Amino acid sequence: MAVEQKVLGGKIVKPSSRRNSRRISQHIDWLTILLYFLLVALGWMNIYAAVYSPDNVVNIFSFDINSGKQLVWIGTSVILILVLMVVDYKVYEHLAYPIYGAVILLLLFTLAVATPIAGSRSWLDLGGGVRLQPAELAKFATALAVSKFLSSVNLRQQNMKDQMILAAITFLPPAIIVLQNETGSALVFGAFILAFFREGMSPFILIVGGAAAFIFIMTLLVPKLYLIIGIFILMGLATWLDYRLMRRFKTMIALFLLVVGMIFSVDYFVNNILQPHQQNRIKALINPEADPLGFGWNVTQSKIAIGSGGFWGKGFLEGTQTKFDFVPEQSTDFIFCTIGEEHGWVGSSILIALFMLLLIRIIAVAERQKSVFGRTYGYCVASIIFFHFLVNVGMTIGLAPVVGIPLPFFSYGGSSLWSFTILLFILLAIDANRSQDLSR
Amino acid sequence: MNYLENRKYIIQVIFLIVGIVFIVRLFYIQVLDSSYKQAAETNAIKPVIQYPFRGLIYDRDGQLLVQNTPVYDLMIIPKEAKQIDTLRLCELLNIPIEQAREQIKKAKAFSYVQPSIFYQKLSNQELAHVQDNLIDFPGFYINARTARGYPHQSLSHALGYIAEISPKQLEDTTFKGYRPGDYIGKSGIEQEYEKYLMGKRGVKYKMVNVRGVDKGSFKDGAYDTLSIAGENMVSTIDLDLQAYGEHLMNGAKGSIVAIEPATGEILAYISAPFYDPNLFTGKDYGKNYMALLQDPDKTMFNRPIMADRNPPGSIFKLVQALIALEDGVITPNTTFACNKSLVNCHQHPSPLDLYGAVQHSCNPWFFQAYKALINQGKSKNTFTDTSIGLKDWREQVLTFGFGQKLGIDIPGEKTGIIASPALYDKVYGQNRWKYSTIYSLSIGQGELGVTPLQMANFMAIIANKGYYVTPHIIRSIGENGKPLRENQERHYTSVKPQHFEPIIEGMAEVVRAGTARRANLAKVGITVCGKTGTAQNPQGPDHAVFVAFAPKENPKIAIAVYVEHGKWGGQSAAPIAGLMIEKYLTDTVTIKEQEKWVLSREYLNIKSN
Ligand SMILES: [Zn+2]
Repeated sequence: MAVEQKVLGGKIVKPSSRRNSRRISQHIDWLTILLYFLLVALGWMNIYAAVYSPDNVVNIFSFDINSGKQLVWIGTSVILILVLMVVDYKVYEHLAYPIYGAVILLLLFTLAVATPIAGSRSWLDLGGGVRLQPAELAKFATALAVSKFLSSVNLRQQNMKDQMILAAITFLPPAIIVLQNETGSALVFGAFILAFFREGMSPFILIVGGAAAFIFIMTLLVPKLYLIIGIFILMGLATWLDYRLMRRFKTMIALFLLVVGMIFSVDYFVNNILQPHQQNRIKALINPEADPLGFGWNVTQSKIAIGSGGFWGKGFLEGTQTKFDFVPEQSTDFIFCTIGEEHGWVGSSILIALFMLLLIRIIAVAERQKSVFGRTYGYCVASIIFFHFLVNVGMTIGLAPVVGIPLPFFSYGGSSLWSFTILLFILLAIDANRSQDLSR
Repeated sequence: MNYLENRKYIIQVIFLIVGIVFIVRLFYIQVLDSSYKQAAETNAIKPVIQYPFRGLIYDRDGQLLVQNTPVYDLMIIPKEAKQIDTLRLCELLNIPIEQAREQIKKAKAFSYVQPSIFYQKLSNQELAHVQDNLIDFPGFYINARTARGYPHQSLSHALGYIAEISPKQLEDTTFKGYRPGDYIGKSGIEQEYEKYLMGKRGVKYKMVNVRGVDKGSFKDGAYDTLSIAGENMVSTIDLDLQAYGEHLMNGAKGSIVAIEPATGEILAYISAPFYDPNLFTGKDYGKNYMALLQDPDKTMFNRPIMADRNPPGSIFKLVQALIALEDGVITPNTTFACNKSLVNCHQHPSPLDLYGAVQHSCNPWFFQAYKALINQGKSKNTFTDTSIGLKDWREQVLTFGFGQKLGIDIPGEKTGIIASPALYDKVYGQNRWKYSTIYSLSIGQGELGVTPLQMANFMAIIANKGYYVTPHIIRSIGENGKPLRENQERHYTSVKPQHFEPIIEGMAEVVRAGTARRANLAKVGITVCGKTGTAQNPQGPDHAVFVAFAPKENPKIAIAVYVEHGKWGGQSAAPIAGLMIEKYLTDTVTIKEQEKWVLSREYLNIKSN
């Protein structure tokens, strides 16, 4: 027995499915799986806490409430995981484009036939009360296609054509999703930029993007004149102090004018081009109290809920703010409020730490891939989870606009849990077979 | 490759920075800043919507048509309503315990902390009972709001009603800003002018603690907005005339529409059977509504604008004569013999000129006049010639407002039907029909459908000698508001003013010595011009029509009366029109014998033929 294992750990690969599965279990990344189940289980308990009512106690397993339904989604996710691990890992790379194409068609089909639900045309009715949101599938499908494409080209060579193709692959799905009126889900695709950066995209884009985002947010927070004066002083000082910049005086002036132009166009964009409900989301971020009835209501109430949790929290099921209707969508998009209120700063910090751990572990898994495809896919997974985490937690504590996207593995909802499960476990399936690439 | 591998550190640092920023921010919110804890104690800000007064509606003389009356609802906040004696509450309200349980369950399903209606529209007696005992029922309170009230029980179909907004409307972006439970105009004026009538809602922000106890206004009301009352409206309706018309039509089925020709203002708008609009304001709204919706007389059917399936009958002969005059195929002196082999007729002098033909409503005369109009010989082929003639004729008919929506400010208007070449091509095939196929159009039968509103509007056109102003029921928005601009435009027909003279003369003869003598008002010095008609009804007794305007010299009122199963326009519809005209012009009724005749409903017993 010991001998056989040693051989298997080496280079000889025998086409036996029993041995194959044993080899997978040896190489599988159990730490990621542990983190996954920890997050899913904690999420499930908090979904129960969010819908729990002391006046009308319902069993956590009851299908009348969200926690009971979520248990079904968790159970089906486990089946999904088993399927993903058994399927030959090579299909993900070989079928990346067909999968991507199929999902694009499904998105277009949904756009054409979907009946609007609260203004969104993104749900496909499968009958029997089961609905599917193809926008969720688009995440892993796009990640596969992007990875496949990057494994065939070299991003560092600044080949314009390749860059255009990559941009098209990345932004076609979100374009359709925006047409479905699911702007929140579409924004997620911006996260791929991190994966491109790792594969050699010029850091310039990341810096320009970061600076643009910074100026965008500052334009909303600070009066235009102050902002322009501030930037003028900042840039002037930098130019004054650094002789290299001094020598590029004209460039600095041009840059300054560019920034001023951007400030005015952002102002125009927000007030004249955005639709009122989009304006409200952004304005609620700046001053939630100005619109306590609309989106500001959500932010204010969620901050009160989290803030009232204190250091240790009020205890499991002891929250008052996240019960009933003070915080909207408590078990889906605002699930973080429940943790903040019932488990306090300690609990919130532990959850954030768990996400950090998961993200860093995924990076480590990605880095140990021998193929560009595997590595890029790993970075895509990390980027998507990170973006959801950033926006979802950010909005509940007033650091990000109110965008209705779920907290990965945690929020209530089948489409979301399935989508993140598929996303993560395709990576783990590829990772478990990485030694085969070694032997090739 | 190495320098790219270093980028993994940059990415991880970005992740960690976000994590740390979040943890620091949470430390600030949760540990350092105590204001959130206080906010959670004194607690949530509760927005209380301030409902504005809905606009009032007056008639043309300033009498109130629609007002607001206070109503009281018993509200429940489930979270606070604990250990209450449900049985006693049911006794107070005199409702079964199941209903109470059902309401509490519904309220809980909606929200634990936000109020729901437990019992709608308490009667004064119920209000007194409940109010005295409210102290024993924590979590219950009385909420005052206003509902529509109608002092006069008239004008049901035109006024329409308001009711809770439907879930479907809530999803529609046209109704953005409405919340579940809000009231919205569902038909009639209430629907058409919703945006003016509803006013603007205000919001009061109240501080409420976890237990729902009121802690005063939020930031001293700095964010509160006042509600702004809806605009009042002035209707063109003459309430006295309207009520009199309803009195005359009580128990009958049909329509009356009266219009002021010069302005297009609707003076009376009756759809019979009608209902008391107050039926839709009480607790039993749903029950009443369903009962009316299902009744065999189709009470909810808005007849003046929706009944467009029946041919207009003889009144359409006037349209044919006008177009024939305009096209020059006849003159006022053209005579035709009453040739009963063409189409049947009754006993009268023959041959007749145009005046006589109108007075005696001679069918063969119009058969021949219409043939001259349709077959003008523009093509040598009879079939093609008929098709061209019908097409040209149809174009002119449309200028009278037939076959299309007139654009009245009451929702639900139907277009009616005017025969077209395409229609016959479809039935018989192209070039396979000629005048002998379509001749019944000449006497207003066949492929024609006209609403009572279009008939009344037609009378306004003749009174105006060639134009109409879009009929409308709201004169202005705001009590002293200017008339709406779109209601002042004149729509001209294809027929020149001089051609109306002989028609008007003939119509005067109809009332003086023809089929509509029951509408004669000569003894009070008013010359009424009118025309009777019979709409054939395959399902039962024919429907009776009478259209008229008066006075002949200076028309002040144009009217169409449509009596279902009334058989003869002269017997049933004409006296009603005469009474309405006298009532409007002189404010009194002297032809009492006609009033008695109408109210006796004797005309329903006259044998056809
Ligand atoms: Zn005759």
